[in-house]
Amino acid sequence: MLRCRLLQRTSQLRVATRSYATSASAHALLFIEHKDGVLDSGSLSALTAAQALGGEVTGVIVGAPEDVGKAVENARKLKGLTKLLHSSSKSYSPPLPETVTPLLQQILSNTPYTHVVSAHSSLAKSILPRVAAKLDAAAISDVTSVAHDASENATTFTRPIYAGNAIATVRAPSSVPLKFFTVRTTAFDAAKADESSGDVLVEEVAAVDVPDVPTSHVSTSLTKSDRPELGSASRIVSGGRALKSAETFNATLEPLADVLGAAIGASRAAVDSGYADNSLQVGQTGKVVAPELYIALGISGAIQHLAGMKDSKMIVAVNKDADAPIFQVADVGLVADLFEAVPEMVEKLKK
Amino acid sequence: MRPSPARLLNILVPVKRCVDYAMKIRVNPQQTGVDTNVKHSMNPFDEIAVEEAVRIRERLGDKVKSIKAVTIGPSKSAETLRTALAIGADAAIHVEIPDSAPSPEPLGVAKAIRAVIERQKEQGGVDLVIMGKQAIDDDAGQTGQILAGLMDWSQATFASKIVVDAEKKEANVTREIDGGLEELKCRLPLVVTTDLRLNEPRYATLPSIMKAKKKPIEKLTPADLGVDLTPRIETIKVTEPPKRVGGTKVANVDELVAKLKEAGVVPT
Repeated sequence: MLRCRLLQRTSQLRVATRSYATSASAHALLFIEHKDGVLDSGSLSALTAAQALGGEVTGVIVGAPEDVGKAVENARKLKGLTKLLHSSSKSYSPPLPETVTPLLQQILSNTPYTHVVSAHSSLAKSILPRVAAKLDAAAISDVTSVAHDASENATTFTRPIYAGNAIATVRAPSSVPLKFFTVRTTAFDAAKADESSGDVLVEEVAAVDVPDVPTSHVSTSLTKSDRPELGSASRIVSGGRALKSAETFNATLEPLADVLGAAIGASRAAVDSGYADNSLQVGQTGKVVAPELYIALGISGAIQHLAGMKDSKMIVAVNKDADAPIFQVADVGLVADLFEAVPEMVEKLKK
Repeated sequence: MRPSPARLLNILVPVKRCVDYAMKIRVNPQQTGVDTNVKHSMNPFDEIAVEEAVRIRERLGDKVKSIKAVTIGPSKSAETLRTALAIGADAAIHVEIPDSAPSPEPLGVAKAIRAVIERQKEQGGVDLVIMGKQAIDDDAGQTGQILAGLMDWSQATFASKIVVDAEKKEANVTREIDGGLEELKCRLPLVVTTDLRLNEPRYATLPSIMKAKKKPIEKLTPADLGVDLTPRIETIKVTEPPKRVGGTKVANVDELVAKLKEAGVVPT
């Protein structure tokens, strides 16, 4: 599995003897996401990636006035943050690209930031490219490794392209002074909170008033679940078209997920057929996961699905079709009717 | 009484020619990219975008004045525009780059689309841009958001439902977000990026393919638009992803459960 690479520090020694008009060492602005004040685990992975740049990391938290205080309390304990900015306004709840962009634009102008970092989440994917456009900066999506050369102010990233069927190594040179990137969170460990720290400099930034916002929020409906969150679960049980209906999907997968303490995922075919909710889709166009254990039930293993799960530590496949492509990536495969095999697995795992 | 032209809706649909989604990708031996000597087709998300534009016209009728497709790419990208015309776009714009030119970056593409929008002003402008949420080759997923930023327009990404009110110049868009759905009300002009579940694109029929051959494609160069499409990010190399070691098949559930327990991935 890809883990973040530490940057090479050898060339940094030269920096001390030179003087630059602007600081050559990295200073990242980390967009920290939270839900009602609870930090998103993806942002913690993005913090690890930001630290790999080898310089300072300033976090920024936006949201409703009643949530931001709690989020700041949680974030100030994070290891690796050097500073924390926060800004609250009713117009940041929920954050809209049209309202948050002017704020980030203001924070990023006249400052020493060299990078802007976030998780590759649906919120950050919507906001960051818009901010980058305002600043005429380049953005790199869904990176799996980061290495910064401070002496040249160049950053090298790796990122999957073509649904993960090729890995591109790209370099943002010094001619791109401000580098935006989103982080594939399964490629970086989550940064830890440290009770002893908490002396991070916290600074409030006044919300930027945007007159006549062209977009307004109408409603949000989240899928409620007591199960672990799909993106960060250590075990995932996933179902495909072979589950036949929403009823059999739930009746078959839920007992297995319960006994394993696993999250439930789905292939695009299962989602399109209405067996499972959109937010459970694993793949190029859904969530990218890398759990300890991924159990694929009745999933053939199309390229687009593999793109979302092939970095899992252990892949188990149960499929009737012995020639299904999923068996080429599965560590353990069982050719069987899943409606017989899964209940039997549940029974035997309970023992 | 006919509505005044200002009330009519002009839709622009940017499309991209990509390696077909079903193709097996091979990295070239020089590690400079992937072998592109394979079947290409329209980026699947863009197909959904064209389909949605056509469906909006089917719902709103005469209130939609035009649907134009635009692409930025080498000569062969004209095929992709013909596909868009066959699905139901009225006209197309091809910003042609040399076959040997490197693939432009989202920022360059968005600037080119901005310039195209500027040129549409005398024809009533553009009220709605519908485009895919990402191209399945570079998987960047940035162009729509960058364009909305450059234009200072409203944006709605990852759309799974679009309801346009042409009179009020508004659209309600349902978006797929992490964990569920979100609905926004957006004032036009607006940039929407499409998610998979927005619609099921139709197959172009033979008569519509024949008709598409007669529809106009305007050819432009980046110089005509005053944009520089040179990439700012250097691609150092492209490599194959690490291969997974071929797994083993087990004969029954007992062996499967034993393997899980052996690997320590099962809670005890």
